[in-house]
Amino acid sequence: MPGRMFIPRPIPSQGAGSVSLPHSAGRLGYLARAWVLLLCAAVPVLGAQAPSAPAQRFVVLLDPAHGGDDPGAHLGPLAEKAYTLALSIRLRSLLMARGFAVVTTRDSDASVDSDRRAGIANNANAMACLSLHASESGSGVHLFVSSLAPIEARRFLPWKTAQAAWIARSLTLAGTIDSALSHASVPVALGRTALPAIDSMTCPAMAVEVAPDRSSNAQAGLDDPDYQTRVAEALAAALVEWRSEQRGDPQP
Amino acid sequence: MIPRHQTVLFILLLVASVLMGGLLWNQLRLAHRRLLQGQDSAPTQAPQVAPAEQATLMAANDADNTVEPRILSLPLPQNPEARARAVLGKLLDLYAAPDAAHPVPGGAGSIAQVFLVPIADAGGKLAPEGPELAVVNLTGAFAAGHPSGLETETLTVLSVCATLNANFPRVTQVRFLVDGQPRATLAGHADLTRTYLTAESAAPAAGDRP
Repeated sequence: MPGRMFIPRPIPSQGAGSVSLPHSAGRLGYLARAWVLLLCAAVPVLGAQAPSAPAQRFVVLLDPAHGGDDPGAHLGPLAEKAYTLALSIRLRSLLMARGFAVVTTRDSDASVDSDRRAGIANNANAMACLSLHASESGSGVHLFVSSLAPIEARRFLPWKTAQAAWIARSLTLAGTIDSALSHASVPVALGRTALPAIDSMTCPAMAVEVAPDRSSNAQAGLDDPDYQTRVAEALAAALVEWRSEQRGDPQP
Repeated sequence: MIPRHQTVLFILLLVASVLMGGLLWNQLRLAHRRLLQGQDSAPTQAPQVAPAEQATLMAANDADNTVEPRILSLPLPQNPEARARAVLGKLLDLYAAPDAAHPVPGGAGSIAQVFLVPIADAGGKLAPEGPELAVVNLTGAFAAGHPSGLETETLTVLSVCATLNANFPRVTQVRFLVDGQPRATLAGHADLTRTYLTAESAAPAAGDRP
């Protein structure tokens, strides 16, 4: 079943200065008027000291590719669908520990078609959407952004090419993830591809394909726990960086 | 009691039916064999008498996710469709080699046919030297044997599109079929339902930095 998250919404607050004077105040003496004015002047100060409403949670969508009767690639004894699900669960834990709201397209070995995956992403109003893949070919992590030509954002977008309005932000997200993976000494290759699930997403979206690390200094297979941890933590660090960039937080 | 002549007639008709069924099945088998031979009649290897010409093969590399040009001298047929098939066949021969940078089994025989179809302009007119759509018909064995993965499948598709663009500048669009039928993906990832624009593959689509 797709993950469902409760996203707390900030409670609309009244303006700090919206205090009405009692109609009978005019009949009070100067002392009473002065007291009411003093009270009115104090309200904005009290308002400023009150705890602020909780900020809207930063939603990340994780899409473990394949599932059900679609096993994906055969990675030795493991199917791609099982590897992507395990990576999704690990990454979700890391992200939730860092304060993200995480929505996943599947939490079990279930078939989910590409339209459903994109639908979940679009309903989640996510700030980053990662489609997780794995392969035995190539080396390191392959980051793919949709090959659609970028267009201006519009109110209505064609379903099959909705991602076109988000290409610029997806490329920026790819750059952030590229930096974090390189910092973690994971080889990275960037490219563009046509992937129906991503092409329909209305969020900064990309496919992340994990392959064995075949670089000369560190050979690691897909089943290497240290390598898996390194990749997952680098992705989590990249999303923390991405959240900071999106919120305009000062960089540490 | 059934009369004797009716029994004999029934047996004769039954034998005739069986013989005709057998004859029909045999004809069907021969026709199927002829059809398969006809499918494979386009030359995969150009005749050695053809002059050698330069062809640019956009060869993929899994290690760095790139497509790089390789210029080879090949004897190529004059017919454009046979020529396109021969060039793509050579590209897949590179991938089927033991030390290939983008290993994909199959080789030249994996390209069943290439059709070059003129594209009409907005007014529905066909220009004599106008743009063309290449329809690349791959064999089912090639798709079944292709390694599954986003990078490897994307590189195969992009390298085919880029090779067509490099050698046939009029080809602006490419579509893929497998055994003559549309197919959702090459080996589980690369989308084969869409029309690929060769301009996209000519741009630094693979390996570009955001």
